[in-house]
Amino acid sequence: MKVVEMMGITKEFPGIKANENVSFHLNKGEILALVGENGAGKSTLMNILYGLYQPESGEIYIQEKPVVIKDPNTAISLGIGMVHQHFMLIPPLTVTENIILGSEPVDGGIFINIDKASRKVKDISEQYGLKIDPFARIESISVGMQQRVEILKTLYRGAEILILDEPTAVLTPQEIKELFTIMRVLIEKGKSIIIITHKLDEVKEISDRIVVLRHGKIMGEALTSEVSTSQIASMMVGRDVVFRIKKETIEPGEVVLDVHNVTACDDRGLPALQGITFNVRAGEIVGIAGVDGNGQTELVEAITGLRSVKSGKISLKGKEITNLPPRKIIETGLGHIPEDRHKRGLVLNFSVAENFVLMEYYKSPFAKWINLSYRAINDFAQKLIGRFDVRTPGKETLVRSLSGGNQQKIIIAREIVRNPNILIASQPTRGLDVGAIEFVQENLLEQRRNGKAILLVSLELEEIMNLSDRILVIYEGSIVGEVSGEEATRDKIGIMMTGVKGEEEKGEKCVGAETVLPFVQNDEL
Amino acid sequence: MKFHKEHLIEICIPVIAVILALIVGSIFIALSGKGIFNSYSALLIGAFGSKASLAETLVKTVPLIFCGLSVAFAFRCGVFNIGAEGQLLIAGVAVACVGYAIKLPAIIHIPLCFLVAIIAGGLWGGLAGYLKARFGAHEVITTIMLNFIALKFTEFLVNGPLREPSGVSPKTPHILESAELLRIIGRLNISIFIALIVTGIIYYLLNRTTAGYEVRAVGFNPLAAEYGGINVAKNVVLAMFISGALAGLAGCCEVLGVFRYFMPDISSDYGFQGIAVALLARNHPIGVLLSALLFGSLSNGATKMQVIAKTPKQIASIIQGLVIMFVAADMLVRYFLPKKKKE
Ligand SMILES: Nc1ncnc2c1ncn2[C@@H]1O[C@H](COP(=O)(O)OP(=O)(O)OP(=O)(O)O)[C@@H](O)[C@H]1O
Ligand SMILES: [Mg+2]
Repeated sequence: MKVVEMMGITKEFPGIKANENVSFHLNKGEILALVGENGAGKSTLMNILYGLYQPESGEIYIQEKPVVIKDPNTAISLGIGMVHQHFMLIPPLTVTENIILGSEPVDGGIFINIDKASRKVKDISEQYGLKIDPFARIESISVGMQQRVEILKTLYRGAEILILDEPTAVLTPQEIKELFTIMRVLIEKGKSIIIITHKLDEVKEISDRIVVLRHGKIMGEALTSEVSTSQIASMMVGRDVVFRIKKETIEPGEVVLDVHNVTACDDRGLPALQGITFNVRAGEIVGIAGVDGNGQTELVEAITGLRSVKSGKISLKGKEITNLPPRKIIETGLGHIPEDRHKRGLVLNFSVAENFVLMEYYKSPFAKWINLSYRAINDFAQKLIGRFDVRTPGKETLVRSLSGGNQQKIIIAREIVRNPNILIASQPTRGLDVGAIEFVQENLLEQRRNGKAILLVSLELEEIMNLSDRILVIYEGSIVGEVSGEEATRDKIGIMMTGVKGEEEKGEKCVGAETVLPFVQNDEL
Repeated sequence: MKFHKEHLIEICIPVIAVILALIVGSIFIALSGKGIFNSYSALLIGAFGSKASLAETLVKTVPLIFCGLSVAFAFRCGVFNIGAEGQLLIAGVAVACVGYAIKLPAIIHIPLCFLVAIIAGGLWGGLAGYLKARFGAHEVITTIMLNFIALKFTEFLVNGPLREPSGVSPKTPHILESAELLRIIGRLNISIFIALIVTGIIYYLLNRTTAGYEVRAVGFNPLAAEYGGINVAKNVVLAMFISGALAGLAGCCEVLGVFRYFMPDISSDYGFQGIAVALLARNHPIGVLLSALLFGSLSNGATKMQVIAKTPKQIASIIQGLVIMFVAADMLVRYFLPKKKKE
């Protein structure tokens, strides 16, 4: 039986047809992978199914009955649940409170019956093997767990059809395995799932059938068992994709970034970095591997001046940059691709062109005296859009309305084109399609070839092992091991990531924890 | 800039909000037992019916433009300035002193008064900005407190040290002739042109300069601004200084053009109405001009409405309140926009 059928869906945004005459269906008990390039229209199509957008034309059938899905509430009542790439949970509330938000079970019309709700949450959790504690606070559980809460939320509201938009982008390899197990249980219990992902090995592993979108149109459809990953890739991108990039040997030059015995605290004032020492030399890519939350974020922020360093010393090309304001550090020749593009990397309400000059708007040719030269900014934007293949209706489009992958490309273009002495790349390929990943990785290698230094922080071992000359493993705020790129194996690194090197002494609690206000730290009034 | 449907909606929302407010306002008129048509036409006549009433409408509009710009500018930097009223008063009293006490030729005297207003208002606003940037004190709290201080302080001044000795009511002495702004009709003076020019400058500053780029970046996403190397603290203080300076200009024009002396009553809550003006204008400088004119004509027309149609003039305040409510309830207004066709 077809649980979902979308026929002839067309959706236009200003200047772009996001979906054009798209038809596909989802069978009961099936996992359908929706794949395609960045900006192909996948999220748009799913948002239409979930009632967030109205299509210009087309029909939708649920359980073989024609429906009009005018808002998410209608979608929910039709048994459709969606887990967005950016979670919509409220951190200080508990799991149960988050789940019942908007559909609180009430006694006598006033009092929320939290016990009843948590019992139901617990039941569902057990039924599908989600292992969720109904009373845990969202802020204290891992990203993977938060995602399960999102899944549970849809099940709580009676979802039969689940839409998962890039669920694996934020997960660790272990969490991905667990997610897949859960997905299989869901299928066993008669649910049907649509999953969007850019990782083709995941497509192969989990899905039954594949639908490929390109430029808003359906490019093809196949049973997963009948196609290879490279076939899928070329269907998506329209050309062959090389998965294994070539990396020539380069003799590394002088030390560019030198981090010496650095300590820093996290947002709650607890020690996050406990004396980190390493360096990155010219023409070298150094990878930082580790399980999420072991100090990677704090390390990157400490180097880039976005977090204050408690002790230790950081220098760039021999010049000390410890605790300098971010602009001073940037001007010394540092580029930074931040891990969270929405939080740090972009001003979503700025246009594409304005975001391209976030670091350089005050310099010639973009600024003339106190004035911005929009002509120079627009020319620059036009060039980058072409060179980095950013899919956008135009340079004046707000970045908010671009697809996730194209937003990422803007950051990468902006940082690489400045040709920095050291590039700190945090999860640089998160959310990118195979073609774009290949492109970005080639660009990183190009920088290396030009004698630039690169610090690559990634949760994806594959990426780290492919690109790095040296790999450092971070665990609870310390570097616990180092392997060279050639000797690295998944197992070797994997073991170190769990901190086998031995128990580390915990530093005492940081005094004078940083203020919550982001701008207080680099105050130089 | 290309013109998209979204832009059209941005413009439609305030317009629809005003229309809805007038419709709902008519219910209140009916409740007060007066004729709806009569009241509204009296309101219109009161605001625009004659040269004199048009002039008085513009007199009310000028301070609203300045205060609207003040609130809007701070908003664009992500700071909510509720203190325009206090900034206006502080600048007003400072200007009255300079206008009275220093003998200078007009060509120097008037610019000097404006400079003093900018500095006084700017410092009063900048203080709140500094407290936020340095200590994380929320600007809503600090600006409200600074309003009280400004009000009480200026009341004290006009009752004590600055009181006009011969005057019946507590106010400062009349400023010197060399500081007076030229009047056009009635109390309407050339400050209307100054307001237009300042609006243009603010528009340019926000959208075309590097400083405006920084202010907007901080307003949209302070974390990304910081990442881009922008000094967030500096911009918060600067935005509050400029915001205070704009409110200060309102006080300056009231003193030099409209009243020619200072007392706390020179402001009929212009600083607070400025919040409403900015809200309706969606913080756009050009929008501020239009929404200031709307609020200016409502408050001027209301008096005439009470005289001619005997409709209580509080109706005008109700309509103002409704406009704000409908702008804030943006979803409700969107509901009235033409829908896309449904299948
Ligand atoms: N709200 C919106 N307003 C304007 N344009 C939009 C909006 N949402 C999406 N678009 C445009 O529609 C196109 C499809 O975007 P969509 O987010 O569906 O892509 P996607 O396939 O999910 O890509 P990605 O893999 O990068 O997430 C893009 O070109 C995007 O710029
Ligand atoms: Mg997407």
